[in-house]
Amino acid sequence: MEKIYDIMILGAGAAGLSAGIYASRGKLDTLILSEGITGGQMVLTNEIANYPGVETIKGYELVDIMRGQAKSFGCTIKANVKIVRYQLSGEIKEAELEDGRIFRAKSIILAPGGKPRSLDIPGEKEFEGRGISYCATCDADFFQDKRLIVVGGGNSALEEAVTLTNFASQVTIVHQFDHFQAFAHAVEEAKKNPKISFIMESELRAYMGNGTLEKVQIENLKTKEISELETDGVFVFIGYKPNTDAFKGTVEVNEKDEFIVDPAMRTNIPGVFAAGDSIAKRYRQVTTAVSDGTIAALSATEYVRAND
Amino acid sequence: MKYLRTNIHEIETAAELQKIINENENVMVCCGRMGPMCIPVYEIMEELEEERPEVKFYSMAFDSPESSVIRNAPECRGFMGLPFTMYYKNGKVAKATTSIQNMKQITSNLDQFLS
Repeated sequence: MEKIYDIMILGAGAAGLSAGIYASRGKLDTLILSEGITGGQMVLTNEIANYPGVETIKGYELVDIMRGQAKSFGCTIKANVKIVRYQLSGEIKEAELEDGRIFRAKSIILAPGGKPRSLDIPGEKEFEGRGISYCATCDADFFQDKRLIVVGGGNSALEEAVTLTNFASQVTIVHQFDHFQAFAHAVEEAKKNPKISFIMESELRAYMGNGTLEKVQIENLKTKEISELETDGVFVFIGYKPNTDAFKGTVEVNEKDEFIVDPAMRTNIPGVFAAGDSIAKRYRQVTTAVSDGTIAALSATEYVRAND
Repeated sequence: MKYLRTNIHEIETAAELQKIINENENVMVCCGRMGPMCIPVYEIMEELEEERPEVKFYSMAFDSPESSVIRNAPECRGFMGLPFTMYYKNGKVAKATTSIQNMKQITSNLDQFLS
């Protein structure tokens, strides 16, 4: 007889792993399927200093602990799989993998997270790792005494721009608006740094170079004037896009493509819950994802037990 | 000296790397740190180790002086993103990539260059 899990969790970030820990510890037969790596955005975080109970920890170390906890309670985790079909309606939910395997469960928790937004302009693929980066912690030391551009106006962009001045000779922040979305202290820190300059109300239009990145094309959004700026590297920090495309048309989303859930993390489909960075909410932190995952697991547990 | 905390074998010296690529037809080496762009590649390699016994998977620490053989390889000229990932076929570099790679990109390189 084919196996039917109690709860299937799609996504293995902070929300998915937390849901896995709670559901499996509650003795429910739990499976986590993830199209990405275990840990999601947590892995991309070098240092986590505000996770309660832990003074400071590397992102990957926290992931290791969470994964170990989930597995110790009996949760099955399959990461880096490609899911080609979902069946969310009805009593039994399904996910079919590229290799033809079909997994079934009585309830599903959607925790697909988000991915860094890219600019989607000419030259992007060509110069990734050859001048374009999305991680200052990883790649900053390749740009010792070089000229850099940082794209974005949020906390990540401004904080990373300041970090990059420890390596680069100059950092130019290019931002599409005439003001920043970052917290005031981050803006102040960037503005008082002598190595940082600003190009406001402008957007990058193309990456150019020969083998490695050499310059970018910038459009002034007010005057529509296009100019070129020589640079050795570009760091892009323009936020995250929820990974909800595969579920649109089935699961209700808002205008930002975020899942709409109620306080119990229920979606519009019975037995389908959502949690983490992919849901509509104001703040996205490891702690809020952990909270969402916990609530979703407890709600799904209640649903499974009520329908057994 | 080991620098990395992964489940794949870490090559510690340039001599060990040379021996491995001389003795094995297909070798993939991820040269990186315990950082956000490198860890995903290690995890994918761990998973592929079971599926692809014809390929030998290894890591090497980017900050070890011994990895200069990869850092300074002509195939890595212009690379400015970790990790540097090398695909060796019959002792020679068949492909080198810079920065994070996903499962599809890695399996595509394995199919194309180490089949």
